[in-house]
Amino acid sequence: MGGAVNRDSLLQVEHVTKAFDGLVALSDVSLEVRAGQIKGLIGPNGAGKTTLFNLIACCLVPTAGDIRFCGRSLVGLPPHRAAELGIARTFQNVQVFPGMTVLEHVLVGLHRLAPAGLLANLLPTGGLRRTEHRLREQAEALLDRLELAPWANVPVETLPFGLLRRVELARALAVRPKLLLLDEPSSGLNPTEKQAMARLVRSLREEGVTVFLVEHDMPMVMGLADEVAVLDHGALLCEGPPQQVQQDPRVVAAYLGEPEDA
Amino acid sequence: MNGRWAANWLAFAAVVVAVGLVELVQPGILARLSRGLVSVDLLIRAGLFTVVLVGLNLLMGYAGQASLGQAAFYGMGAFASAIFTVRTGALNIPSHVAGAWWWPWLMMAVAALAVGAFALVVGLAILRLRGHYLAMATLGLGIIVYIVLRENLGLPHLNLTGGFDGIVGVPRLRVGSAELWPVQVYYFVVWAAAVGAMAVGLNLVHSPVGRALRAVHGSELAAESVGMDVGKLKAKIFALSAALASVAGSLYAHFQAAVVPDTFGFVPSLELVVMSAVGGMSSIWGAPLGALAVLLLEQLLRTHVLGLVPAVSGELEPVVFGLMLVVIMLFWPAGLVSSRRSRTAAWAGR
Amino acid sequence: MEPTATEAPTRSVAVPGRAVGTPTARRAPTRAVLGAGAAVAGLAFWVLGRRLGYGPLDYLQLVLDGTVTGSVYALVAVGFVVVYRVTGVINFAQGAFVMLGPMLAITFFQTLGGHGAGVLAASALAAVAATTLVATVVHRLALHPARGASPLTKIIITVGVYIALQGLALRVWGPRPYVLPAFTTLHMADRLLQLGGLSLQAQSLWVWGIGALAVLTLVLFFEHTVVGKAMRACAVNRIAARLMGIRVDRMATLAFALAGVLGAVGGIVIAPSTRPTYDMGLELGLKGFVAAIAGGLVSLPGAVAGGLVLGALESLWAGVTVAGFKDLFAFAVLILLLLVRPAGWLEPGQE
Repeated sequence: MGGAVNRDSLLQVEHVTKAFDGLVALSDVSLEVRAGQIKGLIGPNGAGKTTLFNLIACCLVPTAGDIRFCGRSLVGLPPHRAAELGIARTFQNVQVFPGMTVLEHVLVGLHRLAPAGLLANLLPTGGLRRTEHRLREQAEALLDRLELAPWANVPVETLPFGLLRRVELARALAVRPKLLLLDEPSSGLNPTEKQAMARLVRSLREEGVTVFLVEHDMPMVMGLADEVAVLDHGALLCEGPPQQVQQDPRVVAAYLGEPEDA
Repeated sequence: MNGRWAANWLAFAAVVVAVGLVELVQPGILARLSRGLVSVDLLIRAGLFTVVLVGLNLLMGYAGQASLGQAAFYGMGAFASAIFTVRTGALNIPSHVAGAWWWPWLMMAVAALAVGAFALVVGLAILRLRGHYLAMATLGLGIIVYIVLRENLGLPHLNLTGGFDGIVGVPRLRVGSAELWPVQVYYFVVWAAAVGAMAVGLNLVHSPVGRALRAVHGSELAAESVGMDVGKLKAKIFALSAALASVAGSLYAHFQAAVVPDTFGFVPSLELVVMSAVGGMSSIWGAPLGALAVLLLEQLLRTHVLGLVPAVSGELEPVVFGLMLVVIMLFWPAGLVSSRRSRTAAWAGR
Repeated sequence: MEPTATEAPTRSVAVPGRAVGTPTARRAPTRAVLGAGAAVAGLAFWVLGRRLGYGPLDYLQLVLDGTVTGSVYALVAVGFVVVYRVTGVINFAQGAFVMLGPMLAITFFQTLGGHGAGVLAASALAAVAATTLVATVVHRLALHPARGASPLTKIIITVGVYIALQGLALRVWGPRPYVLPAFTTLHMADRLLQLGGLSLQAQSLWVWGIGALAVLTLVLFFEHTVVGKAMRACAVNRIAARLMGIRVDRMATLAFALAGVLGAVGGIVIAPSTRPTYDMGLELGLKGFVAAIAGGLVSLPGAVAGGLVLGALESLWAGVTVAGFKDLFAFAVLILLLLVRPAGWLEPGQE
């Protein structure tokens, strides 16, 4: 375990550097996410936010530094292991399974509760049917919870973008994550949908899910997050409560220097 | 839905059995009635390809992983069965074992397991590749296997595969003392395997694993993000498809009684892809349909259409075959049996 | 798709097909691995060759012969790269272009009387032109309508085109091998040059010369003409190119035409020493693809180097093993390359 680590610390990013072909995307970034927190990650475009998320989700391997989750290092693990350990995520550019229904998306998220072996699935056994029934009930409950029930049997490619964000969220929650990584959850949503999303994120925290989100919508992230970290050009600029961060001159400079996009 | 399912199955099984019985009672009647178009030989080949295509469709249509070398696994099964039943002397297999009725069956199972294991290992490595790269890697694999079969596994002194000429005299399958022959009887053996493979395939696609395969097809990134070991899943389905191809190959060897490497080369691999595409990759029912449709079309070209035009010989077959492939891909990229789902998937840009 | 594309500074040339969700950090091969591989291969060649009593001159001869075939691989590989960069398609029909070139040249040559340097040159040029036309038609009719389709669909389409063209060739020319006279002697028998213990067919000089000329012309075309620059723009970013008013679909057709030229030229220059058949395109096409992959599939110098190196290594391999296993080499290399370094040797590594 690292030295002065808070007891309720869930995720620690320690001196992480990531370079692509020699181009440095993140340099020496350290931050932590505490259990039960909603933590925001902001920064101008190209600051390295999504790269950091990909590192945490084990989709990338840091060039240097360590990332620890519940005390164990994530470095070098394959991405599916991160999910097994309790890290679920959504994607900035929504990643859905074309041709599959909303319900099926959640069932995919629940796949770890199903018999995974290929051989176990070759023959129609009663056990298989019973598990499938149980999975469906769980999936439907989750859809109710996210107000997606009316679209349960609709193929995702016919849904509007706002709903797709929620489908992704439902799929991520099906993993029963300890830590939820949301990559720009409100981008592409209308104001009503944004408010609903904010409510949802808050209620998730009530249920004990720790949330780490990248967000471009300043009012939303400032209203939602307990703590905000700011990245600029791959380096951590500052970290702290929203009010404090908002007034930090370095943050203001970073944003003025590089106007935020829509 | 379950009712319709059962009805489909019953109808399908009834047709398969009825056709077999008719041929059994009146051998050659199909060929006479269809004026040489349909024969029991053609139906047997369709059944064999159905077994291969079930695997290929699971791999390509459901999991979205291309294989342009599937004939290699078909060939490995065929040659394994042929070698272990014909070259018993060179392999020092005692004659009371090699002559026992269960020996070919055992070798068929062993070959399927070995080929499946081989594909699992290879699959773990090459299925990390995507798109073009995977297609070309499987193509290369297919050609390598073909060359190794053609070159006597690199052991010319043993002459196990017989080189270019292959192996002749593969024995018929037996159960006890009863030989599963003539061809009308063998029809039932092959179609039992085909129906079995389809049942397994259908069950698989409607199981959580089938869902996982479609998820992998849709977005590997998202599938991994919910904890799916995508690499392992792809390798497993590759292994299953290889094992099915191997069984079909074994059945082919005992049907044809002779195997030559050219049956399992590069073009046959592509022919399998064509059948899969024609029938509809994202459907298990597409397997028998694709196999039958392509075999019938080839037969039609051979016996009817091209024969009518005097200047044109059977040599135009590949031309028509290639053009057909292009036209099908352009106009029906999802094949004969297609759902809205598979149509969108075929054009989804993956 | 690429999770890092939005934020991470990325290079202008994306390499599709590389494992996207799971970047390759877990299997980052180093130059040391490749170096060790080369050392092992070199040792293997030496050990196998010693059995046959090879001396240094024998190896040199094999390498020299290999670079002749390798030049053709290189031309075919460059054709793959041009089409791939501009259209994103692996054009399997490339092999058919390689076959059509010499077959048409021979037919034209025989039709025009069958002797004379002028006739031979005219036949060859006409064959290149005709192949280019075929390539253009192939793109307009078979690939352009499918531009929105998945890679697998496109690859199957080009395979279908290949099978159809090869079938047509079988119908027209039959299965027998043909002969194109050597460019120097204008006879079947070529002049044999001796230099310091090495022997060389005069045709080899033509292969190298014309091959180099073709690639050089292509490079000049890309560097110094408006159309060439427009094609390069398409290769970098198709959408941006379209926004700039470049007719991307025409550039795609042009890319196919160039592939036709390269394929036909490659097939024709090698024809005097190989006796072309209707199915020669399969081998040359696939090996050209291996060479293109070796060079990273997006790089012209990579493709040329890939072709020459593959030709030389394959020749060494064929020299030390049984004849039947000659073709195995390229495909084993293909799979190894795809696994170890899908981006090729000349591209910088990911990690």
